[in-house]
Amino acid sequence: MSPELIQPLFDFGVPLFLLALGYFAGTMAEKSHYKSIRVRELRLRRMPTTNLRRPPPHWRIEKVALVAGSTVISVDYFKRFLAQLRGFVGGRVRAYESLLDRARRESILRMKEEAAKQGFDAVINVRLESSNIAAPLRNDRGTAGVEVLAFGTALKLIRQP
Amino acid sequence: MILTNTEEVPGRAIREFYGVVTGSTVRSKHFGKDLLAGLKNLVGGELKGYTELLHEARQEAVERMIEQAKSLGANAVVNIRFATSSVAQGAAELFAYGTAVRVD
Repeated sequence: MSPELIQPLFDFGVPLFLLALGYFAGTMAEKSHYKSIRVRELRLRRMPTTNLRRPPPHWRIEKVALVAGSTVISVDYFKRFLAQLRGFVGGRVRAYESLLDRARRESILRMKEEAAKQGFDAVINVRLESSNIAAPLRNDRGTAGVEVLAFGTALKLIRQP
Repeated sequence: MILTNTEEVPGRAIREFYGVVTGSTVRSKHFGKDLLAGLKNLVGGELKGYTELLHEARQEAVERMIEQAKSLGANAVVNIRFATSSVAQGAAELFAYGTAVRVD
């Protein structure tokens, strides 16, 4: 092949390949992640979790501890491309919404799983924080990720006979 | 040491306050892990290396906060908050702070 043909192949072929990779791998990863989130949410649905600052007055508490769960999540090449397109016209960037939703629910689940593992019955005063760690280096290159942290106070209740 | 992010320890009364205690750690990212994260950036999803890194860092910040609370004679830290600040390119500070107290 002549160099005139190879050059455009690189210029368009590589980004197209990355777009396709991002789309297929990203979509698959998102589907399986949502599936696992739903299953685990259902399993933990009996553990009361609230962002109220105090437990209901009739609860008798045996033990308390701080529990936390966090996730660092990054967006795929395809979604980043979509979001950049969105940047021209403005409006809802759906590609990023699901990403943050996943990160947040995953963090809450991890926090609840930690509480359950340690034998706690409920989590109160749940707080969610997100921070943009690993900000992209110069001109959008480098690794971008957002961290979502969920933390709260886990309670172990005294069981009434 | 009892840790909570509520204003009091549920089910127990606070007897004494010892003031704000803090703990922090500054971490920089690992070259290898960052490379992996860069690849992961193409397909999206969780950056496990970073999740672990931040988890460890946060735990260390909490440990340091506990040390400080212990040295004051406290047996609990209430109203714990976490914060992150980016100190330099590729390095982040994680810190935890709360109020050291003595409970029953």
